[in-house]
Amino acid sequence: MASIAEKLADKHKEISIGEFFERNKHILGFDSLTKSLVTAVKEGVDNALDACEEAEILPDIIVEIETIGEQEYKVCVEDNGPGIPKRKIANVFAKLLYGSRFHDIRQSRGQQGIGVSAVVMYGQLSTGKPTLVRSKIIEKDYATELKITLDTKKNKPDILSQDVVLWEEKEHGTRFETCIEGLLRSGEHSVFEYLKNTAIVNPHTQITFISDGETIVFKRATDQLPPKTKAVKPHIEGIELGTFVKMMKSTERRRLSSFLVNEFSRISYRTVKDICSEAGIGERAKPSEMTIEDCKKILKATGNVKIMAPETDCLSPIKSMLIKKGLKNVLKGYQPEFYAPPTTREPSVYSGNPFQVEVGLVFGGDLPSDGPVKVLRYANRVPLLYKKSACATTTAIKKIDWRIYGLDQRGGKGMPSGPAIILVHVASTRVPFTSEAKDAIADIPEVVDEIEKALRECARNLRTHLNKGKRRKKISEKFMVVNDLLPLIAEKSAVIVGKEPPSLEKVMTKIMGVVYVKNTFEKDGKKWVGNININNFTSKKRKLTVYMEKPYPDTVLISSDPEPVYNGDHLKWKLDTLKSSLSRNIRFEYNGTLVKEDLSGIDVYIEGVTETDLIGADPLPDDWDIEVAEIEEGG
Amino acid sequence: MEDRHHEAFKRLEEIAGQFYDQLDKGKIPEMKIATRSKNNIKFNKRSGVWKLGNSKSTRSAKKMSGAVMILRTLYMLDFIREMIDSEKSSTLREMYYISEGWDKAKFGDQKESDRLAEDIEIVSDCLREDFKLRPEEDGARIIGDIVVEEKTRKGDIRKLNCRDDVGDSGYTIPYNVEKDKVNFSKVKADFIIAIETGGMFDRLVENGFDEYANALLVHLKGQPARSTRRLMKRLNEEEGLPVVVFTDGDPWSFRIFASIAYGAINSAHLSELLAIPSSEYVGITASDIMNYDLPTDKLSSTDRDALKQELEDPRFNTRFWKNEIETMLEINKKAEQQALAKYGLEYVTEEYLPEKLSELGII
Repeated sequence: MASIAEKLADKHKEISIGEFFERNKHILGFDSLTKSLVTAVKEGVDNALDACEEAEILPDIIVEIETIGEQEYKVCVEDNGPGIPKRKIANVFAKLLYGSRFHDIRQSRGQQGIGVSAVVMYGQLSTGKPTLVRSKIIEKDYATELKITLDTKKNKPDILSQDVVLWEEKEHGTRFETCIEGLLRSGEHSVFEYLKNTAIVNPHTQITFISDGETIVFKRATDQLPPKTKAVKPHIEGIELGTFVKMMKSTERRRLSSFLVNEFSRISYRTVKDICSEAGIGERAKPSEMTIEDCKKILKATGNVKIMAPETDCLSPIKSMLIKKGLKNVLKGYQPEFYAPPTTREPSVYSGNPFQVEVGLVFGGDLPSDGPVKVLRYANRVPLLYKKSACATTTAIKKIDWRIYGLDQRGGKGMPSGPAIILVHVASTRVPFTSEAKDAIADIPEVVDEIEKALRECARNLRTHLNKGKRRKKISEKFMVVNDLLPLIAEKSAVIVGKEPPSLEKVMTKIMGVVYVKNTFEKDGKKWVGNININNFTSKKRKLTVYMEKPYPDTVLISSDPEPVYNGDHLKWKLDTLKSSLSRNIRFEYNGTLVKEDLSGIDVYIEGVTETDLIGADPLPDDWDIEVAEIEEGG
Repeated sequence: MEDRHHEAFKRLEEIAGQFYDQLDKGKIPEMKIATRSKNNIKFNKRSGVWKLGNSKSTRSAKKMSGAVMILRTLYMLDFIREMIDSEKSSTLREMYYISEGWDKAKFGDQKESDRLAEDIEIVSDCLREDFKLRPEEDGARIIGDIVVEEKTRKGDIRKLNCRDDVGDSGYTIPYNVEKDKVNFSKVKADFIIAIETGGMFDRLVENGFDEYANALLVHLKGQPARSTRRLMKRLNEEEGLPVVVFTDGDPWSFRIFASIAYGAINSAHLSELLAIPSSEYVGITASDIMNYDLPTDKLSSTDRDALKQELEDPRFNTRFWKNEIETMLEINKKAEQQALAKYGLEYVTEEYLPEKLSELGII
């Protein structure tokens, strides 16, 4: 009779990766049917974007979802990336923990090499069907097509068939098709929402979404690729003991000092001296002879030695202009009243990992004004849709009394409400996620603090705008006084006393005291007619130059009176000297392919008057020249 | 054109001229006007009435609301000027309807235009009757032994004894009771009794109280029209007739008395022409309710609030009023003057009024 111990021992057996996966689906983002579908698309799109950007290709991504049964869908993601060499395709798609970036320290979307293989495995486990992968590299005229599954016992790909196909419409790129169990939903946690939010922070990307035959295109808003991210050596403060031990064992360096200097960033021979004397270990010791205890001592010692913070130029923020462009591109249907100039904080560091926070804010217009503000969360340009309440962004937002910035917030606590969208982007070589599912950013004090600072910085722009709105309202009332009422007062009083109406210039400038600009756009048949009315209600004569953004890249100016001195991606008019209390009108016409949304929120900028003396337009911003330079470069 | 209209005409032109000159000199047009609020009515010891104080508000064309008010003022000046010129008159309501055509100077409602007419009275130091503007309501009635000489529409003077030459409804007070229109001869009545409700007025007529007490009965019709107050003021001032006010016993009736005696906030600029500080109150008081054991109603919450406000009102700052108001709040009851009918229809003329009036030494 077998002993109890043996009986129990029988029960111990190796579980396969597949089984492990089944039990721990939530870790990888397959914990519900709706989420599974989003995760499948997300992993595909993340890979596609990373591949394109690394190869400096403007991404053109097609996502297709087709209902093929009850709770069963075919998901395809296709990109125009550099393609994958034939010998590597199977491993990329059907071997867990196989990835190009696994050992890299750099800002990228995917990292662990679990992503797309997990999709393949989930597909085969939930529907029993293999995945079809097709890839064409730039050097070849044909594409390779594989039908693969993942051997869940051995964690290696099974290639079921292999073909060579012509893929004429594609010069290069990768496409995969997999069938998975899921649920196609609309709303906050939908594939559509994920793609829309991706489009916002990736304005250089064109995304086509075909859902059961219905096509939606998120157009590319800029031809500017984000700068390539740089791979960096790890910083010793962010390293975990296990990794440190592994590095120590596998290094080819023969001395502890050269190991530390060469394998880590920001460590000089001087610092090594300090670390070693603190740890009580010789600089010339051999890494291969270091015990775990030694490693512990060394890591502990680094905490007491001053080491320069990690380099931060490895991060690639989206930057203010592109955040605004991305938001405008996707949100223009709401005709928001105000896009706050987005904030990009200087890079900062938590536990040896550089990170950088960016915040954008959109306010008003047709954005829903009931309920809490919408928060768009991003980590390394990837939208986060789930676990909102566990996220550092939410923690930071709730720390702020938003009422001082002009948003409603009950008791100055919790989520603010009103017609606003807040965008938060955290870029890092290692985003501190709460779990492997990468749904939420952990509440690391340094990170929360930076997010809060960025939010406040951006929110101040909202407050300024709202105050300006109040001032504008006051001035537009004054304009009515000056324009409508004062002439009537003059006329009526003159009639009663039987004299000629008095001249009003002095009184008008006294009441207004600003340069008042009023711009209107109206549809006239097939044309769009714009009027910029400039009134000099200051006591001085003014030499003014007017700038206006082109409403939409492919619109054409039909006519303009006066003629603009520059007509490229923006219009520029140099006006003759405008005497006190006189006004001038600029009238222009655009062709009619514009829709109303294109014309809302067109900014007019004026040069030749300070901000305090100007209402109805903004002074020329400092970064205007930069935009001009880009335009000229592009021809 | 009569002198007073001619004078008004000149004043109006001066106001318009001020705006014209301000504009001509490059100054933002503005007009200063005495503030009409509870905080700016002051007791004038010399005349014994409450008048507007020195605090002034400025309407400046710098702001939308000020500019609109100035434009409205000019429109109204122009309208009045034309009216005087063409020897017409209009009611305040008619002017409001005409102002509907004033485009940007239009009023939101008639209260606004009525108020502006009062403003112009203040600024020009004229009466709205000088502007040929009159109120909507028909005049109240009087019955008593006086002879009125009134100019008819044809310009004749007609004499009328207000007791013998009129029917039961008495003589109707015209909207203009100034000397160019109305004068008195043979005033035989000894005093004026101003009565709040029509029912009580008719009761006193039926009971022959005018002859019995040799009184001039005046029907107030609630808060009295300006012409009613002006007529009483003239009889009081020119003919030396004392005035007593007979009203219901509630906070609103107290206010009727106060405006007759001391002036009202809205017409504080005219207090010297309208207020009769020597008038006495013979209406129902809280003490009467208790002493005569009158049928009552409970005070509503607005009644109570009004009473509390009156405790703060400088016009009620006397021992008599403080005492009566506090008592009324305490018993939480109010009574109508007709409640006296509890003791029979003659009770008011045979008991109540004689008692009160002899207390005051009037009969």
